[in-house]
Amino acid sequence: MTDKKVIIRTQGLTKQYKDITAVNSLDLEIYEGEIFGLLGPNGAGKTTTILMLLGLTEPTKGIAEINGLDTIKETIKVKKTVGYLPDHVGFYEDMTGRENLRFVARLNDIKKEEIEDRIDNLLERVKLTNAADKKVGTYSRGMKQRLGIADTLMKDPKIIILDEPTLGLDPEGINDMLGLIAELARKDKRTVLISSHLLHQVQRICDRVGIFVDGELLAVGPIDTLGEKVFKDKNLTLELGISPVDDKLISLIKSINEDVKIRNEENRIFVESREDIRKELIKALSDNNYELLFLKQSGRDLDDIYSQYFCEKEGVKK
Amino acid sequence: MKSKCLRVLYNKELADHLNSKRFIIILFLVAITGLSAIYASAYGIRSAVEQENNSFVFLRLFTASGNSIPSFVSFISFLGPLVGLALGFDSINGEVNRGSLSRLLAQPIPRDTVINGKFLAGVSIITLMVLTMGLAIGGLGIIMIGIPPTTDEILRIIVFLVLTILYISLWLAISQLFSLLLRQTATSALACIAVWLFLSVFVGLLSGAIAGALFPADKAGTVEALLSKSKLELMINRISPSTVYNEAVITMLNPGVRALGFITQDQLIGAIPGVLPFSQSLLIIWPHLVSLIAATMICFAVSYVFFMKQEIRM
Repeated sequence: MTDKKVIIRTQGLTKQYKDITAVNSLDLEIYEGEIFGLLGPNGAGKTTTILMLLGLTEPTKGIAEINGLDTIKETIKVKKTVGYLPDHVGFYEDMTGRENLRFVARLNDIKKEEIEDRIDNLLERVKLTNAADKKVGTYSRGMKQRLGIADTLMKDPKIIILDEPTLGLDPEGINDMLGLIAELARKDKRTVLISSHLLHQVQRICDRVGIFVDGELLAVGPIDTLGEKVFKDKNLTLELGISPVDDKLISLIKSINEDVKIRNEENRIFVESREDIRKELIKALSDNNYELLFLKQSGRDLDDIYSQYFCEKEGVKK
Repeated sequence: MKSKCLRVLYNKELADHLNSKRFIIILFLVAITGLSAIYASAYGIRSAVEQENNSFVFLRLFTASGNSIPSFVSFISFLGPLVGLALGFDSINGEVNRGSLSRLLAQPIPRDTVINGKFLAGVSIITLMVLTMGLAIGGLGIIMIGIPPTTDEILRIIVFLVLTILYISLWLAISQLFSLLLRQTATSALACIAVWLFLSVFVGLLSGAIAGALFPADKAGTVEALLSKSKLELMINRISPSTVYNEAVITMLNPGVRALGFITQDQLIGAIPGVLPFSQSLLIIWPHLVSLIAATMICFAVSYVFFMKQEIRM
């Protein structure tokens, strides 16, 4: 990690409202070119953190730097390099998509000759070319969100901050959105910071995530290592669909490893073991003519990591 | 850079106002009432001119009331605030509710350009509206009464229009302040209307009551008590911008007005009845002019400070 350049850095960033600490002494480093997911439940302080990064809210304590620029002292320079898509992004509804983009382009002081070309390219990229000259009021939520991406890209930012980008979208919309976001980092080499409470969605595209609960960053890292950290003392649970399910099957699994616990819930078999027995299990099943319908490792995805951290946190409180 | 951002925002706000249905409704309302007032007063003037020799006929167009229709000036002093309020009551919280403000402020623009642009665009719309109305009425007046205005009258009308612009701008600043302080557009609209009704109707009623309670001057009252009562009443009335505006406009459009407020008999001894020159009328209303400007500036300054400190969440 040391060879990567830190592009967003906060040190002791704190935001105190009257009697609540929204963000408590946050130290965060985000590297150039990565997709970082800031994950946490609603009200965890994700949006407040983002607002402080953009200089839209002054921190009570601590500093935030983007690209080496202090976000409070050099707000305007920071905003030149950062594209921000707020949650519930609002456009001027009685203007068309194209006009909305044009307005933002003018505010960003983009040369007149370039504006139209850039708008066309971006609209094409977010697949809104056909709706470009319709009023935004007629857009669906997914279209608005895609227009929002085009909007943040208008100034050609190095860093893009997206607040709950998949909120309120249908599955197809979510896929489109995540595809677009991944492209921003992989193809355009931009740094992307996503905040979300929908873990399983963003885990697909994030390089690293930070678990953020009650204003505190509980863990940071790539999703696999986060899992290892959390579950290093916990058993691995496999969820299996096997046909047919009979008593011989149970003893077969037992024969691989003595220590496993097996549960059978409506033909879904849960195998809990200390070691990873997947390889042996699959071999044994195929040797004995069982058909493996599906195999899922449960308890190790972001949802579980998240609830694990959340429980620990709650436990500490109690 | 800064001025360019301001221009972009200003143009957008201007276009928004001009395209909005609200603006068209307001314009229509003001135009209808204004025209009917002028029409009525012009008919009244025709007979008045035949009877007496008045050298300021043209100004009468604005101040004279026809039968049952109030004068143009009183229409403006009552409806002007509505124009200002309608232009500003949702200027900030409307953007917050639509979610477009945070998008706007995420652009590399100084934050104050947003509120400056909004206020300037509002003032421009008001100026446009007032000047258009002034010119239309002037033209109509020349056609209807057949007497062109003198230089003195033109100057007075210009000052009247400037006063009107200031007066409506003050209400714009007030409504913009409410749009910052209150989250919901409906609440801020109601608050604006409440302030408008209070200042243009209830202050007048209250001032009499308060002054009467503090200086009970009935038939047996002394001259001093009467004098204090009427002075206090005037002062309380002047809290309302409408009173300030009305006083200033009456003085400007009626050269016969030599002083404002209470005058005793002995102050009038030796005074020669006649009309004041333009410069002297202007001198009388100078405090009014300054206080209208000051009140507008104060309202705007308060909203400016609030806006700069406000946290933009949505």
